[in-house]
Amino acid sequence: MKRTLFAATLISLVLAFALASWWHRDQRAERLGFMAQEQAELFVRPHSPVTGAEDARVYLVEFTDPACETCASFSPFVKHFLDQYEGQLRLVVRWAPFHEGSADVVRVLEAARLQGRFWETLDLLYRTQRMWTQHHRVYVDRLWPLLPQVGLDVERLRGDLYNPEITAIIEQDLADAQALGVQKTPGFFVNGRPLEPFGLDPLAQLIATEVGESYPQ
Amino acid sequence: MNRSGPAERRRAAAADAPEGGDRGWGLLFSAWLVAAVATAGSLFFSHVMGFAPCVLCWYQRIFLFPLVVVLAVGLFPMDRRVVRYGLPLAVLGWLVAVYHNLVYAGIVPESLQPCARGVSCTEEYIELFGVLSIPMLSLLAFTTLTGLLLAVHRRTRP
Repeated sequence: MKRTLFAATLISLVLAFALASWWHRDQRAERLGFMAQEQAELFVRPHSPVTGAEDARVYLVEFTDPACETCASFSPFVKHFLDQYEGQLRLVVRWAPFHEGSADVVRVLEAARLQGRFWETLDLLYRTQRMWTQHHRVYVDRLWPLLPQVGLDVERLRGDLYNPEITAIIEQDLADAQALGVQKTPGFFVNGRPLEPFGLDPLAQLIATEVGESYPQ
Repeated sequence: MNRSGPAERRRAAAADAPEGGDRGWGLLFSAWLVAAVATAGSLFFSHVMGFAPCVLCWYQRIFLFPLVVVLAVGLFPMDRRVVRYGLPLAVLGWLVAVYHNLVYAGIVPESLQPCARGVSCTEEYIELFGVLSIPMLSLLAFTTLTGLLLAVHRRTRP
Protein backbone atom coordinates (compact mmCIF):
# COMPACT_ATOMS: atom_id res chain seq x y z
CA MET A 1 0.00 0.00 0.00
CA LYS A 2 2.68 2.43 1.09
CA ARG A 3 4.93 1.30 -1.70
CA THR A 4 2.12 1.82 -4.19
CA LEU A 5 1.45 5.30 -2.81
CA PHE A 6 5.15 6.15 -3.04
CA ALA A 7 5.53 4.79 -6.57
CA ALA A 8 2.33 6.47 -7.77
CA THR A 9 3.43 9.81 -6.33
CA LEU A 10 6.87 9.52 -7.88
CA ILE A 11 5.45 8.65 -11.29
CA SER A 12 2.91 11.50 -11.07
CA LEU A 13 5.69 13.95 -10.24
CA VAL A 14 7.80 12.84 -13.19
CA LEU A 15 4.79 12.99 -15.50
CA ALA A 16 3.78 16.43 -14.21
CA PHE A 17 7.33 17.64 -14.84
CA ALA A 18 7.36 16.27 -18.39
CA LEU A 19 3.91 17.73 -19.16
CA ALA A 20 4.80 21.13 -17.73
CA SER A 21 8.02 21.19 -19.77
CA TRP A 22 6.17 20.31 -22.93
CA TRP A 23 3.49 22.93 -22.22
CA HIS A 24 6.10 25.60 -21.48
CA ARG A 25 7.97 24.96 -24.75
CA ASP A 26 4.72 24.97 -26.70
CA GLN A 27 3.62 28.26 -25.14
CA ARG A 28 6.94 29.89 -25.90
CA ALA A 29 6.91 28.79 -29.54
CA GLU A 30 3.32 30.02 -29.91
CA ARG A 31 4.06 33.36 -28.28
CA LEU A 32 7.16 33.94 -30.40
CA GLY A 33 5.38 32.95 -33.60
CA PHE A 34 2.80 35.60 -32.79
CA MET A 35 5.47 38.15 -31.95
CA ALA A 36 7.18 37.54 -35.26
CA GLN A 37 4.10 38.80 -37.08
CA GLU A 38 3.24 41.63 -34.76
CA GLN A 39 6.66 42.87 -33.83
CA ALA A 40 9.08 41.98 -36.55
CA GLU A 41 11.43 44.74 -35.38
CA LEU A 42 12.26 42.72 -32.27
CA PHE A 43 14.01 40.28 -34.58
CA VAL A 44 15.53 42.64 -37.15
CA ARG A 45 16.46 46.19 -36.22
CA PRO A 46 17.47 48.70 -38.90
CA HIS A 47 20.95 48.73 -37.33
CA SER A 48 21.42 44.95 -37.56
CA PRO A 49 24.11 43.48 -39.83
CA VAL A 50 22.36 41.43 -42.52
CA THR A 51 23.73 39.26 -45.31
CA GLY A 52 22.07 37.28 -48.09
CA ALA A 53 19.72 38.21 -50.94
CA GLU A 54 17.58 41.31 -50.32
CA ASP A 55 14.40 39.56 -51.43
CA ALA A 56 15.00 36.35 -49.49
CA ARG A 57 11.84 35.25 -47.66
CA VAL A 58 13.52 33.27 -44.90
CA TYR A 59 15.29 35.17 -42.13
CA LEU A 60 17.75 33.39 -39.89
CA VAL A 61 18.21 35.58 -36.84
CA GLU A 62 21.18 34.69 -34.66
CA PHE A 63 21.73 36.23 -31.25
CA THR A 64 25.44 35.73 -30.85
CA ASP A 65 28.26 36.44 -28.47
CA PRO A 66 31.64 36.67 -30.23
CA ALA A 67 33.27 35.04 -27.19
CA CYS A 68 30.82 32.12 -27.14
CA GLU A 69 32.45 28.87 -28.18
CA THR A 70 29.26 27.31 -29.50
CA CYS A 71 28.62 30.39 -31.65
CA ALA A 72 32.09 29.97 -33.17
CA SER A 73 31.46 26.27 -33.82
CA PHE A 74 28.15 27.08 -35.49
CA SER A 75 29.66 29.75 -37.74
CA PRO A 76 30.87 27.43 -40.56
CA PHE A 77 27.50 25.67 -40.60
CA VAL A 78 25.62 28.96 -40.76
CA LYS A 79 27.76 29.91 -43.76
CA HIS A 80 26.98 26.54 -45.29
CA PHE A 81 23.23 27.17 -44.91
CA LEU A 82 23.62 30.57 -46.58
CA ASP A 83 25.30 28.89 -49.56
CA GLN A 84 22.86 26.00 -49.65
CA TYR A 85 19.81 28.30 -49.74
CA GLU A 86 21.37 31.12 -51.71
CA GLY A 87 18.76 33.69 -52.70
CA GLN A 88 16.24 32.30 -50.21
CA LEU A 89 17.94 32.76 -46.84
CA ARG A 90 19.20 35.89 -45.07
CA LEU A 91 21.26 36.02 -41.91
CA VAL A 92 20.67 38.72 -39.31
CA VAL A 93 23.30 39.12 -36.60
CA ARG A 94 22.07 40.30 -33.20
CA TRP A 95 24.27 40.79 -30.16
CA ALA A 96 23.93 38.96 -26.87
CA PRO A 97 27.32 39.58 -25.22
CA PHE A 98 26.77 37.48 -22.10
CA HIS A 99 30.43 36.63 -21.45
CA GLU A 100 32.44 38.95 -19.28
CA GLY A 101 34.15 41.50 -21.48
CA SER A 102 32.55 40.36 -24.71
CA ALA A 103 30.65 43.64 -25.13
CA ASP A 104 34.08 45.12 -25.94
CA VAL A 105 34.50 42.56 -28.72
CA VAL A 106 31.09 43.57 -30.06
CA ARG A 107 32.38 47.15 -30.07
CA VAL A 108 35.39 46.01 -32.13
CA LEU A 109 33.06 44.31 -34.61
CA GLU A 110 30.76 47.31 -34.89
CA ALA A 111 33.79 49.59 -35.35
CA ALA A 112 35.01 47.21 -38.09
CA ARG A 113 31.61 47.61 -39.72
CA LEU A 114 32.25 51.37 -39.92
CA GLN A 115 35.27 50.45 -42.06
CA GLY A 116 33.19 48.11 -44.21
CA ARG A 117 34.96 45.00 -42.96
CA PHE A 118 32.30 43.48 -40.73
CA TRP A 119 31.87 39.96 -42.08
CA GLU A 120 35.60 39.33 -42.54
CA THR A 121 36.22 40.50 -38.99
CA LEU A 122 33.43 38.37 -37.54
CA ASP A 123 34.86 35.37 -39.35
CA LEU A 124 38.38 36.15 -38.15
CA LEU A 125 37.27 36.54 -34.53
CA TYR A 126 35.36 33.26 -34.52
CA ARG A 127 38.36 31.47 -36.02
CA THR A 128 40.87 32.98 -33.59
CA GLN A 129 38.60 32.90 -30.54
CA ARG A 130 40.98 30.70 -28.56
CA MET A 131 43.74 33.28 -28.92
CA TRP A 132 41.85 36.02 -27.14
CA THR A 133 39.65 34.14 -24.66
CA GLN A 134 40.66 32.06 -21.72
CA HIS A 135 38.32 30.37 -19.27
CA HIS A 136 35.39 32.36 -20.64
CA ARG A 137 37.21 35.65 -20.09
CA VAL A 138 37.95 38.06 -22.88
CA TYR A 139 41.40 39.63 -23.34
CA VAL A 140 40.55 42.41 -25.72
CA ASP A 141 44.18 43.61 -26.00
CA ARG A 142 45.07 40.38 -27.79
CA LEU A 143 42.78 41.41 -30.66
CA TRP A 144 44.83 44.38 -31.89
CA PRO A 145 47.63 42.37 -33.55
CA LEU A 146 45.06 40.15 -35.30
CA LEU A 147 42.93 42.84 -36.87
CA PRO A 148 45.30 44.08 -39.65
CA GLN A 149 44.90 40.59 -41.23
CA VAL A 150 41.50 41.69 -42.57
CA GLY A 151 42.75 45.11 -43.60
CA LEU A 152 41.48 47.12 -40.65
CA ASP A 153 42.94 50.43 -39.58
CA VAL A 154 43.42 49.57 -35.91
CA GLU A 155 44.13 53.15 -34.82
CA ARG A 156 40.92 54.38 -36.36
CA LEU A 157 39.01 51.37 -35.02
CA ARG A 158 40.14 52.04 -31.46
CA GLY A 159 38.98 55.61 -31.80
CA ASP A 160 35.50 54.42 -32.82
CA LEU A 161 35.04 51.87 -30.02
CA TYR A 162 33.07 54.09 -27.66
CA ASN A 163 30.94 55.67 -30.33
CA PRO A 164 27.52 56.25 -28.67
CA GLU A 165 25.78 54.64 -31.65
CA ILE A 166 27.59 51.39 -30.91
CA THR A 167 26.57 51.60 -27.26
CA ALA A 168 22.95 52.10 -28.35
CA ILE A 169 23.10 49.06 -30.66
CA ILE A 170 24.37 46.83 -27.87
CA GLU A 171 21.73 48.08 -25.45
CA GLN A 172 18.91 47.62 -27.96
CA ASP A 173 20.05 44.10 -28.85
CA LEU A 174 20.31 43.10 -25.20
CA ALA A 175 16.81 44.47 -24.56
CA ASP A 176 15.42 42.53 -27.55
CA ALA A 177 17.24 39.38 -26.42
CA GLN A 178 15.49 39.70 -23.09
CA ALA A 179 12.10 40.36 -24.69
CA LEU A 180 12.53 37.24 -26.83
CA GLY A 181 13.70 35.12 -23.93
CA VAL A 182 17.22 34.55 -25.25
CA GLN A 183 19.25 33.45 -22.25
CA LYS A 184 21.93 31.42 -23.96
CA THR A 185 23.95 31.90 -27.11
CA PRO A 186 23.67 31.23 -29.93
CA GLY A 187 19.95 32.02 -29.91
CA PHE A 188 18.47 31.16 -33.30
CA PHE A 189 15.12 32.15 -34.78
CA VAL A 190 13.99 31.24 -38.28
CA ASN A 191 11.24 33.61 -39.44
CA GLY A 192 10.49 34.23 -35.79
CA ARG A 193 10.33 30.58 -34.81
CA PRO A 194 12.72 29.74 -32.00
CA LEU A 195 15.09 26.81 -32.40
CA GLU A 196 13.65 24.25 -30.01
CA PRO A 197 15.30 21.89 -29.09
CA PHE A 198 18.77 23.33 -29.59
CA GLY A 199 21.16 21.59 -31.97
CA LEU A 200 22.66 21.60 -35.44
CA ASP A 201 20.27 19.04 -36.93
CA PRO A 202 17.18 20.75 -35.51
CA LEU A 203 18.48 24.04 -36.98
CA ALA A 204 18.98 22.45 -40.41
CA GLN A 205 15.46 21.03 -40.17
CA LEU A 206 13.89 24.30 -39.05
CA ILE A 207 15.51 26.17 -41.95
CA ALA A 208 14.46 23.47 -44.42
CA THR A 209 10.86 23.63 -43.14
CA GLU A 210 10.69 27.42 -43.40
CA VAL A 211 12.28 27.44 -46.86
CA GLY A 212 9.82 24.74 -47.93
CA GLU A 213 6.88 26.82 -46.68
CA SER A 214 8.11 30.09 -48.17
CA TYR A 215 9.08 28.62 -51.54
CA PRO A 216 6.47 25.98 -52.39
CA GLN A 217 7.61 23.76 -55.25
CA MET B 1 13.76 -21.77 12.44
CA ASN B 2 16.47 -19.19 12.77
CA ARG B 3 16.83 -18.71 9.07
CA SER B 4 14.45 -15.77 8.75
CA GLY B 5 16.07 -13.05 6.60
CA PRO B 6 15.58 -9.30 7.03
CA ALA B 7 12.68 -9.27 4.60
CA GLU B 8 10.79 -11.93 6.52
CA ARG B 9 11.46 -10.23 9.82
CA ARG B 10 10.14 -7.01 8.37
CA ARG B 11 7.01 -8.73 7.15
CA ALA B 12 6.55 -10.30 10.58
CA ALA B 13 6.93 -6.88 12.22
CA ALA B 14 4.40 -5.41 9.82
CA ALA B 15 1.96 -8.23 10.64
CA ASP B 16 2.36 -7.53 14.39
CA ALA B 17 1.56 -3.86 14.01
CA PRO B 18 0.15 -3.16 10.55
CA GLU B 19 -0.01 0.61 11.00
CA GLY B 20 1.23 1.42 14.50
CA GLY B 21 4.71 0.04 13.72
CA ASP B 22 5.14 2.76 11.16
CA ARG B 23 4.30 5.73 13.33
CA GLY B 24 5.28 8.93 11.62
CA TRP B 25 5.32 7.34 8.17
CA GLY B 26 2.74 9.79 6.83
CA LEU B 27 4.73 12.75 8.15
CA LEU B 28 7.95 11.43 6.68
CA PHE B 29 6.20 10.76 3.37
CA SER B 30 4.94 14.37 3.36
CA ALA B 31 8.48 15.59 4.00
CA TRP B 32 9.72 13.49 1.08
CA LEU B 33 6.93 14.92 -1.08
CA VAL B 34 7.93 18.49 -0.20
CA ALA B 35 11.58 17.74 -1.05
CA ALA B 36 10.62 16.03 -4.32
CA VAL B 37 8.28 18.81 -5.43
CA ALA B 38 10.87 21.47 -4.51
CA THR B 39 13.54 19.57 -6.47
CA ALA B 40 11.29 19.21 -9.50
CA GLY B 41 10.39 22.90 -9.30
CA SER B 42 14.01 23.94 -9.01
CA LEU B 43 14.98 21.82 -12.01
CA PHE B 44 12.01 23.23 -13.93
CA PHE B 45 13.20 26.78 -13.32
CA SER B 46 16.76 26.06 -14.40
CA HIS B 47 16.32 23.52 -17.20
CA VAL B 48 12.97 24.34 -18.73
CA MET B 49 12.52 28.04 -18.10
CA GLY B 50 16.24 28.67 -18.48
CA PHE B 51 16.80 30.64 -15.26
CA ALA B 52 20.44 30.42 -14.24
CA PRO B 53 20.81 29.52 -10.54
CA CYS B 54 22.86 32.03 -8.52
CA VAL B 55 25.50 30.97 -5.98
CA LEU B 56 23.15 31.01 -3.00
CA CYS B 57 20.61 28.99 -4.98
CA TRP B 58 23.28 26.39 -5.57
CA TYR B 59 24.00 26.05 -1.85
CA GLN B 60 20.31 25.56 -1.18
CA ARG B 61 20.11 22.96 -3.94
CA ILE B 62 23.06 21.11 -2.43
CA PHE B 63 21.07 20.70 0.80
CA LEU B 64 17.76 20.01 -0.92
CA PHE B 65 18.52 17.40 -3.59
CA PRO B 66 19.96 14.71 -1.27
CA LEU B 67 16.85 14.91 0.92
CA VAL B 68 14.79 13.35 -1.87
CA VAL B 69 16.97 10.24 -1.72
CA VAL B 70 17.67 10.16 2.02
CA LEU B 71 14.02 10.54 3.03
CA ALA B 72 12.86 7.96 0.47
CA VAL B 73 15.35 5.44 1.87
CA GLY B 74 14.01 6.15 5.38
CA LEU B 75 10.47 5.32 4.23
CA PHE B 76 11.13 1.66 3.28
CA PRO B 77 11.20 0.32 5.92
CA MET B 78 10.24 3.19 8.18
CA ASP B 79 13.45 4.21 9.93
CA ARG B 80 13.08 6.90 12.58
CA ARG B 81 16.81 7.58 12.51
CA VAL B 82 16.37 9.16 9.08
CA VAL B 83 15.75 12.38 11.03
CA ARG B 84 19.39 12.27 12.18
CA TYR B 85 20.54 12.40 8.56
CA GLY B 86 17.80 14.55 7.06
CA LEU B 87 17.44 17.27 9.68
CA PRO B 88 20.99 18.73 9.37
CA LEU B 89 20.46 19.11 5.61
CA ALA B 90 17.08 20.78 6.13
CA VAL B 91 18.39 23.16 8.81
CA LEU B 92 21.48 24.17 6.81
CA GLY B 93 19.34 24.72 3.73
CA TRP B 94 16.95 26.76 5.85
CA LEU B 95 19.80 28.99 7.08
CA VAL B 96 21.01 29.66 3.53
CA ALA B 97 17.42 30.35 2.47
CA VAL B 98 16.97 32.89 5.30
CA TYR B 99 20.20 34.62 4.26
CA HIS B 100 19.16 34.59 0.61
CA ASN B 101 15.83 36.21 1.45
CA LEU B 102 17.61 38.92 3.44
CA VAL B 103 19.86 39.61 0.44
CA TYR B 104 16.90 39.52 -1.92
CA ALA B 105 14.91 41.96 0.21
CA GLY B 106 17.92 44.28 0.37
CA ILE B 107 18.29 43.95 4.16
CA VAL B 108 21.78 42.51 3.78
CA PRO B 109 23.62 44.97 1.51
CA GLU B 110 24.66 43.89 -1.99
CA SER B 111 28.34 44.40 -1.26
CA LEU B 112 28.34 41.82 1.52
CA GLN B 113 26.82 39.06 -0.52
CA PRO B 114 29.13 36.64 -2.32
CA CYS B 115 27.59 36.67 -5.76
CA ALA B 116 28.40 39.97 -7.42
CA ARG B 117 29.67 38.09 -10.45
CA GLY B 118 27.68 35.78 -12.67
CA VAL B 119 24.01 35.68 -11.79
CA SER B 120 23.02 38.17 -9.15
CA CYS B 121 21.27 36.69 -6.13
CA THR B 122 18.81 39.55 -6.27
CA GLU B 123 17.88 38.85 -9.88
CA GLU B 124 14.09 38.82 -9.96
CA TYR B 125 12.80 35.94 -12.06
CA ILE B 126 9.27 35.38 -10.88
CA GLU B 127 6.92 36.81 -8.30
CA LEU B 128 3.93 34.50 -7.93
CA PHE B 129 0.94 36.34 -6.50
CA GLY B 130 3.25 39.27 -5.80
CA VAL B 131 5.08 37.69 -2.86
CA LEU B 132 6.34 34.24 -3.83
CA SER B 133 9.79 34.85 -5.25
CA ILE B 134 12.09 31.88 -5.84
CA PRO B 135 14.06 32.50 -2.59
CA MET B 136 10.74 32.69 -0.73
CA LEU B 137 9.60 29.36 -2.21
CA SER B 138 12.89 27.85 -1.06
CA LEU B 139 12.46 29.24 2.46
CA LEU B 140 8.93 27.84 2.61
CA ALA B 141 10.15 24.42 1.50
CA PHE B 142 13.00 24.27 4.01
CA THR B 143 10.77 25.53 6.84
CA THR B 144 8.17 22.85 6.07
CA LEU B 145 10.87 20.19 5.79
CA THR B 146 12.43 21.13 9.13
CA GLY B 147 8.99 21.21 10.80
CA LEU B 148 7.95 17.85 9.37
CA LEU B 149 11.22 16.15 10.31
CA LEU B 150 10.93 17.47 13.89
CA ALA B 151 7.36 16.16 13.95
CA VAL B 152 8.56 12.74 12.76
CA HIS B 153 11.10 12.78 15.56
CA ARG B 154 8.46 13.56 18.20
CA ARG B 155 5.90 11.12 16.84
CA THR B 156 8.35 8.23 16.75
CA ARG B 157 9.96 8.82 20.14
CA PRO B 158 9.99 5.42 21.89
